[in-house]
Amino acid sequence: MTIPENLLYTKDHEWARLDGDKVTMGITDFAQGSLGDITFIDLPKPGAKVEQSKWCATVESVKAASDVYAPFSGEVLKVNTQLTGHPELVNKSAYDAGWFAVVKISDLEEKNKLMNSTQYKEYIQGLSK
Amino acid sequence: MNYIAHTELEKKEMLKAIGAVSVDDLFRHIPDGLRPKSFSIPEGKSEFDVIEYLKLLSRKNATNLTDFVGGGFYDHYIPAAVDALAGRSEFYTAYTPYQPECSQGWLQAIYEYQTVICELTGLDVSNASLYDGGTALYEAAMMAMRLTGRKKIIVDSGVSLIYRTMLYAYTSNLSIEFVETPVVHGQSCREDIYKHLDDKTAAVIVQNPNFFGAVDDFSDIAQRVHKCGALAIASVYPVSLGMLKNPGEMGIDIATGEGQSLGIPLSFGGPYLGFIAVKKEHMRQLPGRIVGATVDKDNKRGFVLTLQAREQHIRRERATSNICSNEALCALRALIYASLLGKAGFQELARLNYQKAEFAKATLGNVSGVEVKRSAPTFNEFTVCLPKNADEVVYRMINKGFACGFPLGRFYKGLDNYLLVAVTEKRTKEEIMQFANSLEAALCS
Repeated sequence: MTIPENLLYTKDHEWARLDGDKVTMGITDFAQGSLGDITFIDLPKPGAKVEQSKWCATVESVKAASDVYAPFSGEVLKVNTQLTGHPELVNKSAYDAGWFAVVKISDLEEKNKLMNSTQYKEYIQGLSK
Repeated sequence: MNYIAHTELEKKEMLKAIGAVSVDDLFRHIPDGLRPKSFSIPEGKSEFDVIEYLKLLSRKNATNLTDFVGGGFYDHYIPAAVDALAGRSEFYTAYTPYQPECSQGWLQAIYEYQTVICELTGLDVSNASLYDGGTALYEAAMMAMRLTGRKKIIVDSGVSLIYRTMLYAYTSNLSIEFVETPVVHGQSCREDIYKHLDDKTAAVIVQNPNFFGAVDDFSDIAQRVHKCGALAIASVYPVSLGMLKNPGEMGIDIATGEGQSLGIPLSFGGPYLGFIAVKKEHMRQLPGRIVGATVDKDNKRGFVLTLQAREQHIRRERATSNICSNEALCALRALIYASLLGKAGFQELARLNYQKAEFAKATLGNVSGVEVKRSAPTFNEFTVCLPKNADEVVYRMINKGFACGFPLGRFYKGLDNYLLVAVTEKRTKEEIMQFANSLEAALCS
């Protein structure tokens, strides 16, 4: 399982890659591994407003549907339309080709509520105990 | 047979395990005002007494009338094979079975039913069925709101009042804006629909043929609705699809309807059959069960419940609907009915209905005082204007052996003299002519 160092993480297993006032988000390698084969992803619409820790997408695997929460509040700038036809990209490449959306951040301070890679690693280890 | 599953001893054991002193104690959290004041139900009766009572009730039904009543439910012939096959014990259950994949035969039947509905409606995906035409229309409206994120629905008043009432009742606690548009000269008023159509509109709901029997082509409405980012919903009469342009050909997004005409007997309160079919792009918002075809590990064809992540047992409160089963037995009857007729038979059925209704229009048109409304084409049902109150005429015709139609004044203000007359393939030329004679007599007296 990989946990890239340059990303921020949520307790709900989303990752966030900051770029100025924009953030690219997705679900972690741990999340995709736990879900198994992903069959469908319901993404937000560009232009939609999302709120930190609130619903922004849904991931379906064969017999489960899991909600994905936004790591930052803001406006959705674009979504990964590749995922519509190829949801398996999330299984294959959770941090790159499997990104979900780019959000224009409304409050950068919200990053204080997120974990860095070391904290997230410890958090996951805590879950398996 | 003991109808009460639990003995006093078992009840005591269960209460003890929960930690409640008595059954009343168990329900103490329910405020007094919300609890029934009493459970006064009569003493039990013997089987003989019950049968006699039911016979007494059934004698109140007028079963010997020649039926010209429609209004969404029609007196079609049901081939004996429908009862014989649907009554087989392997099939005789009302719902999708639990552990559905163990019941491959059932799943195949539902899959074939879905195929029939897709063929009839000209749309891509059907679910395993819903309760009736009204609940199907409600589910379609909810789907449209989820798909568009909008909360305004335009409803043509040619949609059955039964369906409209159900739609408003089911959604009475939700903040949805409903706008009803008028029927002018028997058909949907485009002008009014387009006046209300805006970027808040989730869907426009129409019906074909509409409640007055008028046939329409909604292609223009569908096109206009799509330009606005909204969806077009049509409630359709399945038998008419053997002849008329289908919802898919009109560009309709969601088609629903009442499946009673497909091999299900007319009965007060059902059970009936709701169907719903959608374009493929909308399938993830379909409610209820969907059966899919697949292959097993040996590459043999098999059937499974599919797209289950839409459903309640997985998605909980975010599910597309609280529907978690289907109207399996009625759907099976519809499938058997459609299979017995086949494509050519279905087309012939539609033609017979249309032609007999046209004959009835011509015949009734010759009755003095009766005006057959001809502003729009019709299928097997049409509106006539009588020189008297239609309710009264209906009553008189019952004494002459005819259920002569539905008095439109019951549903529409100012239409007290209008009668809706349905003519199915079961009506003979002689019956139609006797009907006209009796009507003439009823109007004279």
